[in-house]
Amino acid sequence: MDNDHFEPTIIGFTCNWCSYRASDLAGTARMKYAPNVRLIRLMCSGRLDPTFVLRALSAGADGVMITGCHPGECHYIEQNYKALRRYLLLKRVLSGLGIEPERVKLVWASAAEGARFASETTLFVEEIRKLGPLNWSKDSDQLSVISDQSDNWSLITDNSSEEVPA
Amino acid sequence: MTERIGVYVCHCGTNIAGTVDVVDVANWAAEKLKHQGVVIAREYKFMCSSLGQELIEKDIKELGLTRVVVAACSPHLHEKTFRTAAKNAGLNPYLVELASIREQVSWVHSDKTIGTAKSKAVVSGAVSRVIENAALEEIKVPINPNTLVVGGGIAGIQSALEIANAGFHVYLVEREPSIGGHMSQFDKTFPTLDCSACILTPRMVEVGTHPNITLLTWSEVTNVAGYVGNFHVTIKKKARFVNEELCTGCGICQEKCPKKVIDDVYEAGLGYRKAVYTPFAQAVPNFPVMDKENCTYFIKGTCKACEKFCPTNAIDFTQQDKQINIDVGNIILATGYDLFDARRVSNYGYGRLPNVFTSIEFERLSNAAGPTLGNIVLRDGKTTPKSVGIIHCVGSRDKNFNNYCSVICCMQGLKFAHLVHERTGATVYNFYIDMRTAYKAYDEFYQRVLEEGTLFVRGKVAEVTNAARKESEKGKLIIQVEDTLAGKQRRIPVDMVILSSGLQPRADSKEVGKMFGISCSMDGWFTERHPKLDPVATMTEGVFIVGCAQGPKDIPSSVAQGAAAAARVLDKILQKEVMLEPIKASINKETCSGCRICNGLCPFNAIAYIEDDKISDINPALCQGCGTCVAACPAGAISGTGFSDAQIMAQIDGLLLRNLIAA
Amino acid sequence: MNKYLLYPGCSMDSSAKAYKDSLDAIMEPLDLHFEEIDDWNCCGATEYLGINLIPAYSLIARNLALATKQMNPVNGTGGTRTVVAPCSACYLNLAKADYYMQERPTLGAKVNEALAAGGLEYKAGTLDVRHLIDILVYDVGLEAIRSKVVRPLSGLKVVPYMGCMLPRPDYQHRWSDHEHPTELDDLLRALGADVIDYPLTTECCGGHMTQIGPETAFELIRRLISDASERGAHMMVTVCPMCQMNIDAYQNETNHFFGTNYHMPVLFFTQLMGLAFGKEPGKLGIGLELVSSRNALANLGIEVPVTQEPAAPRKKDEGLPMPRRWTKHEARKEAVK
Repeated sequence: MDNDHFEPTIIGFTCNWCSYRASDLAGTARMKYAPNVRLIRLMCSGRLDPTFVLRALSAGADGVMITGCHPGECHYIEQNYKALRRYLLLKRVLSGLGIEPERVKLVWASAAEGARFASETTLFVEEIRKLGPLNWSKDSDQLSVISDQSDNWSLITDNSSEEVPA
Repeated sequence: MTERIGVYVCHCGTNIAGTVDVVDVANWAAEKLKHQGVVIAREYKFMCSSLGQELIEKDIKELGLTRVVVAACSPHLHEKTFRTAAKNAGLNPYLVELASIREQVSWVHSDKTIGTAKSKAVVSGAVSRVIENAALEEIKVPINPNTLVVGGGIAGIQSALEIANAGFHVYLVEREPSIGGHMSQFDKTFPTLDCSACILTPRMVEVGTHPNITLLTWSEVTNVAGYVGNFHVTIKKKARFVNEELCTGCGICQEKCPKKVIDDVYEAGLGYRKAVYTPFAQAVPNFPVMDKENCTYFIKGTCKACEKFCPTNAIDFTQQDKQINIDVGNIILATGYDLFDARRVSNYGYGRLPNVFTSIEFERLSNAAGPTLGNIVLRDGKTTPKSVGIIHCVGSRDKNFNNYCSVICCMQGLKFAHLVHERTGATVYNFYIDMRTAYKAYDEFYQRVLEEGTLFVRGKVAEVTNAARKESEKGKLIIQVEDTLAGKQRRIPVDMVILSSGLQPRADSKEVGKMFGISCSMDGWFTERHPKLDPVATMTEGVFIVGCAQGPKDIPSSVAQGAAAAARVLDKILQKEVMLEPIKASINKETCSGCRICNGLCPFNAIAYIEDDKISDINPALCQGCGTCVAACPAGAISGTGFSDAQIMAQIDGLLLRNLIAA
Repeated sequence: MNKYLLYPGCSMDSSAKAYKDSLDAIMEPLDLHFEEIDDWNCCGATEYLGINLIPAYSLIARNLALATKQMNPVNGTGGTRTVVAPCSACYLNLAKADYYMQERPTLGAKVNEALAAGGLEYKAGTLDVRHLIDILVYDVGLEAIRSKVVRPLSGLKVVPYMGCMLPRPDYQHRWSDHEHPTELDDLLRALGADVIDYPLTTECCGGHMTQIGPETAFELIRRLISDASERGAHMMVTVCPMCQMNIDAYQNETNHFFGTNYHMPVLFFTQLMGLAFGKEPGKLGIGLELVSSRNALANLGIEVPVTQEPAAPRKKDEGLPMPRRWTKHEARKEAVK
């Protein structure tokens, strides 16, 4: 499949207070954007466990978009900073795994920025289109390593240290 | 055991059905997701209607459904609706999931094939997720019936009185020595031209003497902890250096004090006060405060005239700041506004040209109790102006300063025009961009001022200068403006210029917001929960915002908001307990290794380390449900209800259609 | 030692020779060193930009490109990336060229294409373009200037005329205010002069209208002079050769046109600095101006007691106090900004 006709599948994580409302606003305003993103609502971007990203990529997504409130505007005060720290570390882990770090992107969008949400989504879809499909593994046996045992996340240890100043 | 899942796909008229083949989606769900437990899949025109809800309730009862998925609009709109429907039918409301196929699919894509395909994926994700949902119960916490009102302006006063009159206790904290706020500085209020002090002071007195109100003036809130129903607030009561038990408010100390200081706050820099002072005659409470920075005793160690002459020995130079801790159930923020600093618009010459005044300076000039005893005079204190120019929109509706409209400046400008006519008979020009006189009796007031002979020029003033170009301009302030209706540039010489300055959020609004756990908009006003339907509540339960703290507004609107917030607070108090969403994190004692990574992550201090057991523990009352600790725990010992790992992993698989591969 | 690259501009050798002479005179006491850009060309003044942007900017950028060659000299120490232009129009042109080449990459690319034909290149943002008064007030500092004053100019009533090109457009946010900047006021005060607050400090002097539409220019010139005169000024002080020439060289014609009889000398601020530093007037180009400054300068050398700053208001009929510069509250806000 050549890249021109490849339609990426992207999983997007949104936070309940800002970015999810931004996507709602984009909808209310009927702004059109690329249909390749499927959204999951979390209460806060800080809820994002890096294993979610890995699960998404291994389950067939070609890219993951993480969105949240702008720094300083988090509904839970400062949890989006923690999401940022995890995201930066995750990118390094991904390149270690041989996955292009550009497949995961962090975008801040406030509840009033419906247009920004729409344009960033479309932009990201194009970026993934250029990278091509991920094809993590077509073999479903290999997938079962991650897909069952919902309480064994020690596959990747989270080394984020709380000593890092906010 | 497989769940019994009901899937309901809404047409929403043509909002969804126009871009998504809802029948196809429903059929697909019934067929392809059968193995996951879907026993029935329906589509209906308007799921949120009572008939739509009845469909769900009927199926729950008759088909014994254990889970429900509604594919419709955004959960922010109707999640509660469908949860309530489930509850009515006997199913735990948290076993209902909403899949948004309107805001996220039908409204943002145009191709029907794509829209239908994406909707299927979204429904699949929701179905996979709902299987992992747990039946949760709302948490009840008791409400402390006391209320804290921060800010003693008209909005704060209104809130305090409403709650106190209903029989509950209120703490009213005010930063200045007296309550009253900006309204106490005004002369007359539009459109009725009521004397501001006459309508305000009875309320102030009521607050001062109310048995249910504890008035803490010359005080500031320094710390807020807790959550709705149970806030622990620390207040710093600054030292007045006056013993309130002994002071009778006689005023002799002020008379005898030899140190005169320019009063920047109440008199807007136009008048004087002493180092020991009450801001104005009708101050509530009527105890003076001592200005430490200007008092001779604090600077040099001499004088003490006030102490010598005080008949009740109420002066106490050794008084210290006091810290007061209170417990309240709800907080109302009524902190008001700051005036735009007109010095920033250097082409209007405020601060450089003596006879340019701001709105608040003019209010003090016009006020009978002000520095000129109500005489409208120029900066020399003597001359009555023969012509006055009033400039609207100073610092407002201006990309260089504040983009927004300050709401009250047009009416204020008209009020000034009327007062100048009345007191001086001068020629008055009003320079406006648009005339915003929206509310009751406002436009009639405008007509009246027109009939009084005020000259209106539509145009944004370019400059106020004292550089005369001809004889008739000498010694005057010349206003250079483009008269857009006449289509020409004009230079209009006047004696006095009044700038109708805009309103700004308080300089420390961001810090105050942070302290109370609420956020500010880009401009700095506090953010309300919903701009149209919920203007007094904030995203934080138990904290309300009223008056100009929420955005520029006039006095009737401030009063209305104050009363609205009071009603909301009373509603909570009368229910005696508040229901909190059960989205909380909890730590599994067995799996916790005591690494304490989670401890530092919680901004609400909900996670504590138990020394004896060497594990961490989460206080569910303080937990706000953000889930950061859930994601951080390396041992996976923390689980979060409502957004558990199992739910999200399942949703990921569902969205990517991995659930179609039979397990 | 403060070392800068200098872009003199065409006027310095001709109509603004006084500016050049006085600048040379004050360099030594202030320990300023200027290295002239080798083979600089005319900046194109204002006309070219209205006709064709690419050659206009290329003309200006050639100077910037040449300056980069002298940025870090091969021999010796020092070197600087600041280009100083004493003339306001030259300053504005150089600053604009640098700014737009950065903001509009297509323009930047085309200009560099043109420069390449001459074996030159300029990467936008390499140099810092500043005006002479900016260097004096902010780099050398008012304290340093004050310390070199041996003959304070007290008794001389001056009106500071900044001109229109300096404070607007202000790309690099250098000036204190865009309508009423105070740099020249502060500098003259540091020299001990009696500075009069001049509301027309950034009003147009007529520019090239003296050639294109003289009546308009005369009216603009008349306004400036009449207002300064009304306020009791002995002379006007300016930073720009164009402004100086318009008010000086065309004063006679303006008088004829309006039937007025103004005699308002206008000097460059560097000339006044030189006087304050004790230099001989002849070496500062004083006497080259058409409207003689002799009578105005006669005010110096007379013992005039320095007037006291008014004390805090005490008397009852002092009128209402003026809004003060900073209250505690605003100082805190300003600090936060």
